[in-house]
Amino acid sequence: MTALRKPTPALDRTVLTVPSMHCAGCMSKIERGLSAQPGIASARVNLSARTVTIEHDPATDARELVGRLADLGYEAQARRDELAPRLSAAAPLLAPLAVAGFAAMNVMLLSVSVWSGAGGSTRDLFHWISAGIGVPAIAYAGRPFFKSAWNAVRHGRTNMDVPISLGVLIATGLSLYETARRGQHAWFDGALMLLTFLLIGRVLDAMMRDRARSGVDALLSQAAQGAMVVGPNGGVSWVEASKLATGMVMRIAAGERLAADGEIVSGRSRFDQSLLTGESAPITLHQGDRALAGTLNLEAPVDVRVSHAGHDTTLAEIARLMEASTQNRSRYVRIADRAARLYAPAVHTLAALTVVAWLIAGAGLYSALVTGVAVLIITCPCALGLAVPVAQVVASGALMRAGIMVKDGSALERLATVDRALLDKTGTLTMGKPLPDPATLRWLTPDEAAVAVALASHSCHPLSRALASAIAGSSIAAAPLTDVAERAGEGVFGRWFGLEVSLSRPQSGGATMAVALAIEGRPVRLIPFSDRLRPDSADALSQLAEMGIEGSILSGDRAAAVGEISIATGLTAQADARPADKEALVSRLRASGRKVLMVGDGLNDGPALAAADASMAPGSASDVGLQAADFVFVQDSLLALPRAFRAARRTMAVVRQNFALAIGYNVLAVPLAMAGLVTPLVAAVAMSLSSLIVVANSLRLARAAR
Amino acid sequence: MTILLLLIPAALAIGGLGLAAFFWALRHGQFEDPQGNAARILIEDDE
Repeated sequence: MTALRKPTPALDRTVLTVPSMHCAGCMSKIERGLSAQPGIASARVNLSARTVTIEHDPATDARELVGRLADLGYEAQARRDELAPRLSAAAPLLAPLAVAGFAAMNVMLLSVSVWSGAGGSTRDLFHWISAGIGVPAIAYAGRPFFKSAWNAVRHGRTNMDVPISLGVLIATGLSLYETARRGQHAWFDGALMLLTFLLIGRVLDAMMRDRARSGVDALLSQAAQGAMVVGPNGGVSWVEASKLATGMVMRIAAGERLAADGEIVSGRSRFDQSLLTGESAPITLHQGDRALAGTLNLEAPVDVRVSHAGHDTTLAEIARLMEASTQNRSRYVRIADRAARLYAPAVHTLAALTVVAWLIAGAGLYSALVTGVAVLIITCPCALGLAVPVAQVVASGALMRAGIMVKDGSALERLATVDRALLDKTGTLTMGKPLPDPATLRWLTPDEAAVAVALASHSCHPLSRALASAIAGSSIAAAPLTDVAERAGEGVFGRWFGLEVSLSRPQSGGATMAVALAIEGRPVRLIPFSDRLRPDSADALSQLAEMGIEGSILSGDRAAAVGEISIATGLTAQADARPADKEALVSRLRASGRKVLMVGDGLNDGPALAAADASMAPGSASDVGLQAADFVFVQDSLLALPRAFRAARRTMAVVRQNFALAIGYNVLAVPLAMAGLVTPLVAAVAMSLSSLIVVANSLRLARAAR
Repeated sequence: MTILLLLIPAALAIGGLGLAAFFWALRHGQFEDPQGNAARILIEDDE
């Protein structure tokens, strides 16, 4: 039980996220590898959350721990505060569900004996025991419903919880009264069963959200969490992003992202600003130029004096724009609540009418009230409460297996109505990273390819990495090299069987990105790099068109670069769009009555993602993209788009069938209840049956993502 | 029917025991890491 032990005061506890671990082997490697090291008392992996909790000597800091994990072969980040305190939505509902289930089963057992004919004092005893179990259980397990219903009523609104709470409370009150006057019927079993079924629906709904959220949290890793800061005496030390202040000088190595806005004080390098602008080609920045937080340094180390840190960066400004857009979307009313708006008043009117009608027909006040209550109980939206969550849970489970994470059940509802899709270019329609030209790679001899992959594997430069992974896919083993050295801003140099070999920046600095592969005594090979369309994009876009969804490109990139993609995909395009322009276009389309899907990955798409009716991001997206999007697809293929659409539309079809089934049950049961023919036995059987049918119908969605 | 006086409390006690066990599990973090616990049985402790 190492996980439960309280840390002794001399030890510090640090939580690191390790997105890449996925199996028992990773767990034991990390736990044993870390525990064996000096200064670490214990390490405990949580595989579900992809975190490792380390108890260690206070002298060891988080950055050093990250380094040690890197030595073990795992990339890790210190968990950021804004992600840490997220609580599971399902956990607080588990205890009420357990209590309701326990009580429902025991009370049902007693009720079966009463229905089988137990009479007299035995029946009274059973009713009293049922009351003893039922009343406290209902008070405890019903709290989530009572609280939400009270909130709605207090603000003059109504939701699904209002008829539920009324039904449960009235059934309990009447049962207590019946028990006290030694009556024939008690409804404790019905009330408890209702709570159990509804809590199952709620727990499923909450679990779906938890699962998608933890998946997305694991992906969040892009932004810089700090920087090496040059001190007054020339030494460098690591400073967390939140502690960076104006005037500090950050030293940014090649391959690092900036953690704050600033001005370059020494050095020059090329920067990838695609996160902020969507521009795919890197730009060169010199001394005196402004570099923005979130941009990636590609070539040489530079020193940057911080001008804006924390909440003042351009990055944070976009985040604020996004927050404002999110509020627009939160006005969406979920289908279950829309149904409740019609359902609740109808049910309450029916119950009132029943009482009045029985009074007019000459029944006593007591029996008229009992009949009215029976109507309330039988119409309690048990199947209705399951109709939406079960369908959405099953569908999102199917989508998750297909590599698409659904963050929220309502996202499926919103996606099903979409008729207009806006697609970002860089990173969404395209892979978002430079890839070596496949035709050139095919021309390389096996020798040359083996040398290229060996050289590339010695560098962290994005172009080298892309080259290494492209060649590694074609089953060519790396050539044995000696004396390998990487020179910043130039390339990787080494020897291969005595011959000088290098992978370097080409001498002629053309407009296109490329690397030169030089082997002594052979002609230099130039390997051009470009960003390419995602696989299956033509197929995916034509499927979208077939479904009646009009697509177009909305990019922040230059018109020329966007034009190429526009021609390749056959979509109309808008280029040079700033984040605010993108958001404005989404709002304009929505105002004209269209339902808009935004697909984007970058920070610059954030506001548009938040403003659209539904939004989707690839798994390679920036933090902001991942957080703002309703759907995240992890595979490279763009076929995820039509697949998600089909699943959403099928889910809504099943939800509508479920509503029809639930209402059909009411149409049959309500006349019986109004006629005074419904006994607790009839109510219990009818309620379970309608719930089971709804669940069974929803299970058909298990293959929805095909 | 006097057997009921014995059977009902017995049934309730057993059910209550299960409920108490569930609450204990909930409080002691048994549901914190379902995926990890499933994988942990594959780790050999041969050291």
